[in-house]
Amino acid sequence: MVTQIRSHRSTPEWILRAITKHKYFNPALRGLVFLLSLVPFALICYRVALQDLGPDPAKVLMHETGDWMLRFLVLVLLATPLRRYGWGHLSRFRRMLGLFLFFYATLHLLVFAQVYVGWSGQVLLEELSERPYVLVGFVAWLVLLPLAITSTQAWQRRLKRRWKTLHQWVYLVPPLAVLHIYWLARSDYGIVLLYGLVFALLLGWRLQKKLSK
Amino acid sequence: MSRRRYEYPKIASSEITPEAIYLKRRSLMGLMAGTLAGAALSPFGAAAAAEHASGGAALKYSAVNKAIDGFSTDESLTPFEDATSYNNFYEFGMDKTDPKDFAHAMTTDPWSVKVGGLVSKPGQLHLEDLLSGFDLEERVYRLRCVEAWSMVVPWVGFPLADLLKRFEPKSEGKFVEFKTAYRRAEMRGTRSFSSSIDWPYREGLRIDEAMHPLTLMAVGLYGKTLPNQNGAPLRLVVPWKYGFKSIKSVVEINVVDKQPETSWQSLAPQEYGFYSNVNPEVDHPRWSQRYERRLPSSLFKPNRIETQLFNGYADQVASLYAGMDLARDY
Repeated sequence: MVTQIRSHRSTPEWILRAITKHKYFNPALRGLVFLLSLVPFALICYRVALQDLGPDPAKVLMHETGDWMLRFLVLVLLATPLRRYGWGHLSRFRRMLGLFLFFYATLHLLVFAQVYVGWSGQVLLEELSERPYVLVGFVAWLVLLPLAITSTQAWQRRLKRRWKTLHQWVYLVPPLAVLHIYWLARSDYGIVLLYGLVFALLLGWRLQKKLSK
Repeated sequence: MSRRRYEYPKIASSEITPEAIYLKRRSLMGLMAGTLAGAALSPFGAAAAAEHASGGAALKYSAVNKAIDGFSTDESLTPFEDATSYNNFYEFGMDKTDPKDFAHAMTTDPWSVKVGGLVSKPGQLHLEDLLSGFDLEERVYRLRCVEAWSMVVPWVGFPLADLLKRFEPKSEGKFVEFKTAYRRAEMRGTRSFSSSIDWPYREGLRIDEAMHPLTLMAVGLYGKTLPNQNGAPLRLVVPWKYGFKSIKSVVEINVVDKQPETSWQSLAPQEYGFYSNVNPEVDHPRWSQRYERRLPSSLFKPNRIETQLFNGYADQVASLYAGMDLARDY
């Protein structure tokens, strides 16, 4: 029996059904989401190749990669609430989106290593000990690392119930990320407020679900 | 990091049009020409290369006096294109490109600067006085931003001392305070709800710093009047201090007897001191000041260099701070 899809407000139900249920469309959609997720990376590469990043590429690249990491984090955390309210399409791709979140976080780290640390262990230690925002960002990446490694179905089978517990560690990342951008802000806290609010809603929704059980 | 709106990367669809590619290539060529000229010839070679890109009016000024230490440097100039498209001028937005995109809304003609406070002859200077009432000269200075990037810029201007003497500071005057124009209608950044700066932007110097021969009131760069994004029509340039001390688009100068409160100090006193001298040993709480990226930088050649005490002007200015604890009076 086909599970009932509640219609999304603006998309006719038959289109949604055709896209998500048809045997040809499903892999195609997966491929499309994959390619769309790579668009920001492609644009970054394009701008690097054309030297279109202005006089200070370090700053632009850190902002771009960091921004996209945050956007994928929002998408990943949106998947479950949206499914609960009847729109399950995002949660189909949650694993892929989570890996892209790790991908952009890793690019962020690599750019930092290249332009700010110069691949020097001594400078890295200095940065970690003297710049709290660097430490917080690095910890967030370290939290994401085991989640990315164990994201395969093989690991899911191997870890059984513990897999879910392990992957709930992702809830540590939003507060770390917001602290990171809060400590980086000089005088304008607009973006910090925006992400702070969005993450508070997404995590608050989960907390409320857990408490009301 | 925070000073961005939530939006897609700024790749205009027009960028794929042949015209834009043509313009881009032209600016790259200009950039190369500027760097080559700056390295091989004098600053004037670079000024000539940048001439076509400049929207400013030509200025009459005397060549930089290389005989005086600190007035010039042999380091490569930051190309005109970069020096005028990568700016911090929060009145027009938080992004580095916002000033170039939005500062054209600021009216700079007419312009007047009120000079007052503890002076014998308070008065005003108008745009014409600024551009032709002083002996203009060129100075090639390093500019070190507190955000750990730096440039080398050929300014045109006159010593602040020349300006102050004209209004005859009284002996009780121990400090000088400056204010930037504050016009909500023309400055979109001042209308931002999320900005925590208390406008107008304010800065200050001790009177001996203000009277120091290196302290310049700039009216131009690269031989022409300042573009708006660089602080037209009149800005301060204090090369041994972090860039935010070099206040832009000045409308008011007062000689005062107490240390004036500056915008950054009142916003975050633990991060920004009154002196804000460039000092690799005194870190900003959130980033190291030991190194800087000399712009233009690139991903594969970050151009990361060591920051020098007083931005390399220690021989000229260290005596101003003799006996002071620079870690405490940062």
